[in-house]
Formats: sequence, structure tokens, C-alpha cells
Amino acid sequence: MTELERVKEEDERLARERKKIVRDGPKLTGAKLEARLERTWRRPPGIVGWLATVDHKEIGRRYIVTALLFLAAGGVLALLMRLQLARPDSNLISAQRYNELFTMHGSTMMFLFAVPVMEGVAVFIIPLMLGTRSTAFPRLNAFSYYMYLFGGLMLWIAFALNIGPDIGWFAYTPLSGPQFSPGKRADIWAQMITFTEVSALAAAVVLVCTILKTRAPGMTLSRMPLFAWAMLVVAVMIIFSMPAVALCSSMLISDRLVGTNFYNAYEHGDALLWQHLFWFFGHPEVYIIFLPATGFVSVITETFCRRPIFAYPVVVLALISTGILAFGLWVHHMFATGLPRVGYSFYTSASMTVAIPTGLQIFCWLATIWDGRPRFQVPMLYVVGFIITFVIGGLSGVIIASVPLDLQLHDTYFIVAHFHYVLIGGAVFPLLGILTYWYPKITGRMMSETLGKIGFWMLFLGFQLTFFPMHFSGLLGMPRRVYTYPAGLGLELPNLLSTVGAFVVATAVVLFVVNGLWSVYRGVPAPPNPWGAASLEWATISPPPPYNFAHIPVVETRTPLWDSAGELPVVSGLRVDEKEILLTTVVAAAPDLREPVPAASLWPFIAACAVGVLFVSSIFSPWAVVFGAIPSAIAAAAWFWPKDLRRHPEPVIT
Amino acid sequence: MIPAPRFTDDVAALPTHKFGPSSLTWWGIIGFMIIEGVFFALAFAAYFFLMGHEQGWPPEGRQAPNLLWGTLFLVVILLSEIPNSMIKRAAKERDVPTIRALMPVIIGIGGVLLIIRGFEFKNLNCRWTDDAYSSIVWAILFLHTTHIVTDWGDTIVLWALMMTDVGWEGRRLVDTDENCLYWRYVWLLWIPVYLLVYWVPRL
Repeated sequence: MTELERVKEEDERLARERKKIVRDGPKLTGAKLEARLERTWRRPPGIVGWLATVDHKEIGRRYIVTALLFLAAGGVLALLMRLQLARPDSNLISAQRYNELFTMHGSTMMFLFAVPVMEGVAVFIIPLMLGTRSTAFPRLNAFSYYMYLFGGLMLWIAFALNIGPDIGWFAYTPLSGPQFSPGKRADIWAQMITFTEVSALAAAVVLVCTILKTRAPGMTLSRMPLFAWAMLVVAVMIIFSMPAVALCSSMLISDRLVGTNFYNAYEHGDALLWQHLFWFFGHPEVYIIFLPATGFVSVITETFCRRPIFAYPVVVLALISTGILAFGLWVHHMFATGLPRVGYSFYTSASMTVAIPTGLQIFCWLATIWDGRPRFQVPMLYVVGFIITFVIGGLSGVIIASVPLDLQLHDTYFIVAHFHYVLIGGAVFPLLGILTYWYPKITGRMMSETLGKIGFWMLFLGFQLTFFPMHFSGLLGMPRRVYTYPAGLGLELPNLLSTVGAFVVATAVVLFVVNGLWSVYRGVPAPPNPWGAASLEWATISPPPPYNFAHIPVVETRTPLWDSAGELPVVSGLRVDEKEILLTTVVAAAPDLREPVPAASLWPFIAACAVGVLFVSSIFSPWAVVFGAIPSAIAAAAWFWPKDLRRHPEPVIT
Repeated sequence: MIPAPRFTDDVAALPTHKFGPSSLTWWGIIGFMIIEGVFFALAFAAYFFLMGHEQGWPPEGRQAPNLLWGTLFLVVILLSEIPNSMIKRAAKERDVPTIRALMPVIIGIGGVLLIIRGFEFKNLNCRWTDDAYSSIVWAILFLHTTHIVTDWGDTIVLWALMMTDVGWEGRRLVDTDENCLYWRYVWLLWIPVYLLVYWVPRL
């Protein structure tokens, strides 16, 4: 028998077997279906299963918890700096140690907390919001988490071993180059970048594909929840911006390790090349952190005002235009380097322009609150805190978009005040609000409302006490990144206030953590939809089962749970004996394909270990790139290679 | 409470694979193409940024890279599109024997390209340590080499897989189709890289 005949016979046999596959539907629903799906979707037990999991909820939870631990660690560094600056001429911390503290603080907050926590929340909630059972490429998702974890651990272990970086979170050349930073501190920083960028890029591709292809049938782009829109824009921004920092930090490592001359002015390189590449990433980065938070604000505002968000299309267009404008602003970080006059004018106007879409979003939220029936529970309080704080930070941003003022205020505490207003006010407040909001979905219990309210007010007021005085220390000329200041310049009072405020903020954060931990065990058990919200993540139990939804929901309006009147339209026909999801078309979300979901696998973890060894050892030898590539390639091939080479009636990914 | 299900459509009859933008991996591959494209675009930007500082290009005392090997690379990689297109068509027609026969050809071409690349590095007329011009030229060529090596590696793995029984499965044919799409991207990208490395210094 020829192979073709054998294949034809095999095809016919598989077609017959395909008819016997068990699928959900009116005849298989309720508890019986749930038990079967549970068997199919739960991960293998034990430590191996724990490392091999591809469940987006587990990976998302790990992302969030890890990022919050890094937030705490970065916060402790901030407290140390504030202790040092509480009094003038203080000798508590040496200049060198202080350099390490602000470098670690900034790097941790930007690369190990702010971006990963947004991705983590998205990885957890987006598939639930879209009404599907898994992210796209769940193994890549797991790989992305492990890369992030290893990068973070490398940085902090190096810090503990006293080889932590001391070059600022943006590692300007020539300070970070081989001449002025001998040793390995700068390389540790640069390689941490490689880890986190690989991780962020992988997560971005996962999110784009998830959002475009796995939405519930009927969830057209114009019915998509605003948080999904925000994450779509953010993921595309990551794809376009993060290669810049990965490229410039690789060039930095190669200048330091193999003697290239990208930033070496003596051999016709240019230190400003670093600044351009870094800020081409660095400015979009700010919006990569901020736009998910605007998604949180839209979600919370809608639910707690019991009204669909005002002018949904305007909010979507604002998200997209902010995402585009973010790529035209990077030079405003470089006003003090000297630019052609037309460059000043262009980047000033671009920087001011970005206030327009952001302002539009704020007016849409205000209109929603105005026209709705707001309930001021903890998540909504954070939204109010966000609007006030972010508007202050946004306005100081418009001020420093103007070149003459920027030249005066560059590298002073005024800038420190500005970006903490936009990053903490603009991103951390909404984050704490949304964590309170989605906490019942993540853990199955409610957080304490009383503790939450006390925490919010402490945080909000403590924040203003910490950072508002910094405007004045900046105006008085206090520079950033200097470990102390002399007495008698009028800087004592604002600095003391900032330090007191920092401890109030820290106490509030501790209170949030205590509330979070206490509520895991003692919180009131959460019903499926405790806040009476409209989107699909609330159409399943809290916490959701491994398969998320027993049947894939169908979406007919923008606010499905408000319009469904006690019953939810669903599609049937997905198999229950193997993991399967439904793919829909990109714009109209019409059912398109049935897609198998990969089984749990250790290989993403092993691949991350192999790539981790490559990255860490290439700090020390360029040959590590060659030799480290071999185990990495083997792990990647094994990840892709089917563990079961028989043909199945319908495809499975083993 | 969880809202009760109201059954609408049944999706059991939907296919489990399709070629092109319906497939999830197509979108994944486009995502990674963009990422790599941005790497190249920024490396190009760095090249022109450094070029802007110089009186001449290549800087005084340097010679432009020798044309021979780079041009040979261009010719071979363009010719590789012939077997590549044949494999792509075979994937859509489920012509597994043709795929199995032609993939070694494309892998062989990849190997030849890597050898030519070795000669290209030797004929750049500079070492990466010489000056910023040399560094960026080496960097761009190195970047493109990793691009070739990774695609070469995964083409080998895919070929091994296509030799097994599962090579007949629709999803593997989609993988093959998308691997060909990716190869097209690889050779398309070589054209601007070639012009930049070999011809911009000759302008």
C-alpha cells in the first residue's frame, strides 16, 4: 500500500472518530458538563504541574503578586532615600549607596513593577472579559512570566551581593559606558532590560492575538470593553517601542564587553544616540503604564455609576491617538541637550497636544459620573483620587513641555514631583482601585470596605504630603539624584514634609496588603457579580473554574450583563474531552475556527532557564551567546515538538 | 447568580485550521515580524544618526565593504523564493511529498547563505572595534545573521516534523505555509539591509 493510500484510509478512520467526539450543548450542560470540563482543563498536580501550568489565571496571579513584591521592595528603597533626605547634610547613607538606591528604585518600579503588573492584570482578566477560556499562546505567556521573574531576581540578587547598578534608571552614557562604570554594575542593569523586554514583548504578542482573535462571538470591536481596547493599544505600543531599549542596552553591553564604539565619542560614537534610542522607548513606556490605568478607570466608572461610559467612541479614539502621539514626544526628555530650534518647537507642541486626548478621556469620565448614579465604594474613591492627582500632574506636565521652563526645572525635584503625580496618581491609584474591584474575581472573596476606605484616604493625603512639597524644593533648585543638600537654602521644611508623607504612604500600602491577605481567609465570600457590573468576567463564578465558562457566551450589546435579563446567549459545540477555544474574526467577531489549547508543559520554564543562563553569562563572555544558544534552541524545539506523534481525529497540542 | 444559558449557534461544524489571517499563529508571526522589523528600523536610524556626524561616509580612512559576497548573498536569497513558493503552494494543496522533498533544499540554501555570510563579515573592510561606523555595520549584519539562523533552525525542526505522520495534519500545513511567509519576510528585509551596508557608503 502506498503512503497516499494509507493516509487516505487514515483520514477516513479519523473522520468517523470525529463524529464520536463529545461536545457541550443543550444535552450536555450544567453540573455534568462542569465536571467534565474541570477534568479536562485542570492542570497536573504537584510542583511539576505548578511550574508547567498554562492557565492564564494562575500566570496572571503570579505576575500580579510578583510585581507587588517588587513594588514593596522598591518602596522600601524610597523610604531609605526619604530618611536620608529628611535632614540636611545627613550622613545616614553614603553617596555611592544613594546612587544605587535611586537606580534600583527607578528600575524596579518601571521595569519590574509598573509594566509587568499591568500585563499581569491583563493576562488574568482579558480572557474572562472577552468570554474565552485561555489566552492565545498560553505557553508563551508562561515563558514570559518566568523571563520576567528571572530578570527581577538577577537584579535584586546582584544588589544584595553589592554589585547592583548605580547609574540611574535610564543609564545615560557615557556614565554607564566602560570608561566611567568599570565593573559589572551597569551590565547587570542592561541585562535586566533584556530579560524584561523579552518578557514584555512576548506578553504583548499574546495580548494582541488574544484580543483580536478570541473574543466571544458578537463582541465586535465596537462592543469591546474599554480595558481590552486600552490593552490592545498598549500591546501594540510595546511591540513598537520596546525593541528600542533592548537594542540600545545590547549596544551598551557590547561597548562594554567587546569594544564596539556606539557611544564612544573618541571613535566617532555619540552619547546622545543612547538618549534618542532610550527615550524612543522611554516616552511610550509612560503611556504603556498609564493607558491600562485609563482602562481601569473606564471599567470602574461604568460599574459604579451604573451607566455605560459616556461617548465610548471618543474614549477609544483618545486611547489610539494617545498611543500614536506617544511616539512623537521622546525628545522632550532631551531639551537640555541642545536641539535645533525647530526641534524645540515641534516637540513642545507635540507634548502639549497629548493633553487633548487625555483631557477628552477625563471629560468622558466626568460626564459618566455626572449623568450616572455614583456609588463611592473603594474602587470609585480611587478613581476620584486619580482624577484629582492626575490632573495636577498633567498640568505640571504641560508647564514643563515649554522649553524655557524645562531648561530651568530639568533634573530638579519639580520633575520628580511631576512624574510621581502622573505615575502614582495616574497608574497606581487606578491599579489599587482595580485590584480591589477584581479581588473577588481573583480570590473568591471581598476585601474589607472599611480598611479599604481608611487606606485610600491615608494614601491619597499621604501622597499629596509627600510629593506636593517637591514642586517647591524643585523650584528652589534642589537637584535630583544628589544624596544630600546643605542647610539654610529653605529646603529643610519641604523635605521633612515629604519624608513624613512617604511614611504615611507606606503605612497605607501596608494596610492595603494586610487587607488583601486578611480577606483571602476572612473576607465575605463573593457572588459571581458582586458589584453589579456589565462585562463578561462577572458571568462566571468567583474565582472562575479552570475553563472559565461552561459555554462560550455570545455578546449582543456593549454591556451584556445589564442587557441579558437573567439569561445569557451562548454557543455550543466545543469539545469537552480536550482543551478547545473558539476563534472569531478580527472585526466582527463572527465564529471562525475551533482552536486547540496547548497542554501544560514544563518546556517554557526550561526554555526560560536556558535563556536566563545565556543572558546572565553573556554579561561575562561574548561566547555565552553562542554556547547558550544551543540549550535555548533545544528547549524551544522541545516546546514546539508534539509529545504524541499519532494523528488525532481533531488536532490537540501536546 | 450566573445567568442561565440560552443556546444560539452550534460551532461544532467549524474547521480547526485555516490558512492566512484566520489562523492565530499568523497573527503571532506578524507580531514577531513587526518586532524584528522595528529592531532593524532603529538600527538603520542609528546608522544614519552616526552618519550625520561625519564629513564622508564611510569615514575617512575606511573603505566601503566589498560588493561580491553581499551581492552573491542577495542573488541566492532571491532565488530561494522559487522553492519557497513551491513549498507554500504544496502546503495549501496538502501535497506533503513535495513539501518533504523541497524543505531540505531550502535548508541547504540556508546553510549556503550562512557560509556566504561568513565571507561577508571578512569583507566588510573593518573590525567592529575600529570606530562607530564599523560597530554599526557589524551590528546590522549580526542582527540579520541571527534572523537567518533562527529561521534556519526552526525550518529544520519543522522539516523533521513534516517527515512524521502528523505532517499530514492541517495545522502542520498551516505551520509550513507560515514558515514560508516568514522566509519571504527574511529575504525582503535583506534588500534594504544590503542597500544600506553595501550601497549607502558608495553614494
